[in-house]
Amino acid sequence: MNLNRRDLLKGVAGLGVAASGLIGAPAFSQSSSRVLKFVPQANLANFDPIWGTQYVVRNASQLVWDTLYGIDDKLQPKRQMVESEEVSSDGLTWTFKLRPGLKFHDGEPVRASDCVASITRWSARDPMGLMIKAIQKELVAVNDTTFKWVLAKPYPKMLLALGKAGTPICFIMPERIAKTDPFKQIEEYVGSGPMRFARNEWKPGALAVFERFADYQPRNEPTNWMSGGKVIHFDRIEWIVMPDPATASAALQSGEIDWWESPLPDLIPVLRRNRNVAVDIADPLGNIGSFRMNHLHAPFDDVKVRRAVQMAISQEDYMRAVVGSDTKLWKPSASFFTPDTALYTENGGDVLKKGPQLEAAKKLLAESGYKGQPVVCVIAQDNAIVKPMGEITADVLKRLGMNVDFVATDWGTVGQRRASKNEPGKGGWSMFHTWHSGADCATLAGNVGVRANGEKAWFGWPSNAEVERGVDDWFAASTLDSEKTAFANINKAAMDDVVYIPTGFFYSYQAWRKNLSGIVAGPLPWFAGVKKA
Amino acid sequence: MFRYILGRVFATIPVMLIVALFVFSLLYIAPGDPAAVIAGDQASPADVEKIRASLGLDRPFLVRFSEWFFNLLQGDLGTSMFTGMPVIELIGQRVEPTLSLMVLTLIIAISVAVPIGVLAAWKSGTWVDRGIMAVSVIGFSVPVFVVGYLLSFFLSLELDWFPVQGYVSYKKGFLIWLEHLALPAIALGFVYIALIARITRATMLEVLSQDYIRTAKAKGMGQMGILFLHALKNAAVPVVTVIGIGVALLIGGAVVTESVFAIPGLGRLTIDAIVRRDYPLIQGLVVVFSFVYVLVNLCVDVIYTIVDPRIRY
Repeated sequence: MNLNRRDLLKGVAGLGVAASGLIGAPAFSQSSSRVLKFVPQANLANFDPIWGTQYVVRNASQLVWDTLYGIDDKLQPKRQMVESEEVSSDGLTWTFKLRPGLKFHDGEPVRASDCVASITRWSARDPMGLMIKAIQKELVAVNDTTFKWVLAKPYPKMLLALGKAGTPICFIMPERIAKTDPFKQIEEYVGSGPMRFARNEWKPGALAVFERFADYQPRNEPTNWMSGGKVIHFDRIEWIVMPDPATASAALQSGEIDWWESPLPDLIPVLRRNRNVAVDIADPLGNIGSFRMNHLHAPFDDVKVRRAVQMAISQEDYMRAVVGSDTKLWKPSASFFTPDTALYTENGGDVLKKGPQLEAAKKLLAESGYKGQPVVCVIAQDNAIVKPMGEITADVLKRLGMNVDFVATDWGTVGQRRASKNEPGKGGWSMFHTWHSGADCATLAGNVGVRANGEKAWFGWPSNAEVERGVDDWFAASTLDSEKTAFANINKAAMDDVVYIPTGFFYSYQAWRKNLSGIVAGPLPWFAGVKKA
Repeated sequence: MFRYILGRVFATIPVMLIVALFVFSLLYIAPGDPAAVIAGDQASPADVEKIRASLGLDRPFLVRFSEWFFNLLQGDLGTSMFTGMPVIELIGQRVEPTLSLMVLTLIIAISVAVPIGVLAAWKSGTWVDRGIMAVSVIGFSVPVFVVGYLLSFFLSLELDWFPVQGYVSYKKGFLIWLEHLALPAIALGFVYIALIARITRATMLEVLSQDYIRTAKAKGMGQMGILFLHALKNAAVPVVTVIGIGVALLIGGAVVTESVFAIPGLGRLTIDAIVRRDYPLIQGLVVVFSFVYVLVNLCVDVIYTIVDPRIRY
């Protein structure tokens, strides 16, 4: 029995007052090894992984909804709900057969029609889904266990699209739920994943509870990220939202919680000193910091101005400001793609590798004819990653001689303002900071930041034909070499045009009590295989 | 009295109307976009626009306001944009922890502050008085979150006497409820104790110099009787006023305290709603808080008549 001082005090108090009925809970309590208390990175404010694509929603959804395919730690899509697939020799017809025995939480079997409806809803929101939809001729259920997807053009990345970890993931829902408008929120949370969502216990902003689904049929292979047998060793997983990092840190140290997804770097030394707490990198794919400019308006509509800023920045400054001096947590990266992955390239990134060249940057800025237009820097002050990056940027721009209009605001306002195409002085913006998950940037499946397709591009609306040609090449590529070539071309073109400026690559930590075992680093917290002693 | 209370209840209606209009207008002009938050960081501008339309945020101000207000008149506070749950249900989930925290804080604050305020007045000018006032200055000066962290560090992490965080309903047992709320209530009550103690002292000093106190002393009445039966009762009106005003302070303080101790109460719900720009939820919360505040003021006015029979409405 793991008895602490508080349990002892409770026990002593209990001797005196138990007879009066004041104590409802047992005086000596033992924490259950079948309950996992997890503190997620953010509040689970909604629970529809297609309608709301925040990472926290995706992470919770993987417990409740299953996928047709799932990536492993090599980022390769593996079969999950699918037993087998067949592609015609011309690459135009895909036929998928479901594993037998799959059931939804309401007891209904998973049918091919559920998959068709789920894929239809997902493909209305997902960039890869939209690409497939654009070449789709037919998506139909052949019978209860088989469905067919007929395309007008081959799409070699089909399995990656159905198994990727980037949001939105193609989760399979019952047909009646999946028929919900993709821009409206679902009202039922029935999946076929290993845990069911306890809707009656959900307190958005405070608690979300997942209970074991006894009829779940895991695959026989060992679990590996989103693939393999998702065997959960808990009857109940509680997601406890803790907005205050100091409180979460104290709760982990005292054993009130088991696992904290995203501790602040500042608190890591304290956690490391506790002999009952383990700390490690959360996601080997890390994150890429981003300096995003508005390509529609002056001064950043001029590539020379963008290049001048690119020349003047130091990735090391950004990374030290964001994650501190622990050099295990960050590294410079002259790339729009995730370091240490198969397609990583720094082609065209020499300008970032050289480090800051302030005088040359000033000269280039003068050549551009910059006339002192205000640079509206919209910087969220309530975000621990964005705020320090914004302060570094303001300093760099000032040293370059630019007229900085520093708009200190909150993340919610940045979210609204960055969508505005107005001029910076009329409610628009010149630049903002964000970051992209390394899992998204390992391929082009979720790498929205590097796209340069003008009006359809991500905020800032860069336009560059060469980048887009590279993107098309990658989606059409069927060998690793051709994929690498496409990535090298994209990186060079995007660096030359300064689609955005990567401010460096950084990791984050996760922490857990040492009585937990089986925690695996990855872009999502994987619960399968985790055990509590 | 009954007519007075009824009149005051009816008077809250125009107040609530103005609050409703004011809150709705403020949120309309405030920057931020719930659709962008819902869509997530990777969403395209077109997706954000479609979600905005599906939430009805692209409709004119008057259409949105009249719809919300009409529903409000029927007791419907709307539906949260994020969770899809009725605002009334979300608020209902959070009332118990906040109410528990506020009641316990009030009990602690009043039971500590009034006696030490009386003591300070009785021992006016002595080291006891100066000591109590010095502590009350600290109470005013130290922010709630600092007190919270210090209590949490020493009493929870170091001594392991209390849990670090969380709330357990009173339905699961009084002691476990108290165990979880003790530190938050002490942290939140610290400033409140200081405020009430100072007001009690100041009012008591004034009352203790009155002729009837001298008369009571001359008649041989005991010190405790003079202090608590005569003086405190006559000093109670300003103290009750401060306690009433302090409820507003408690609502503000609860936001911080609930965050520090991870209590799932209305304060945290408010912060979450503001950060996400969940307009219906913010509007619902402000209306509820305003109603509570008006109600507390009404209670204070009624208590005046109990502690001072000369007051009549």
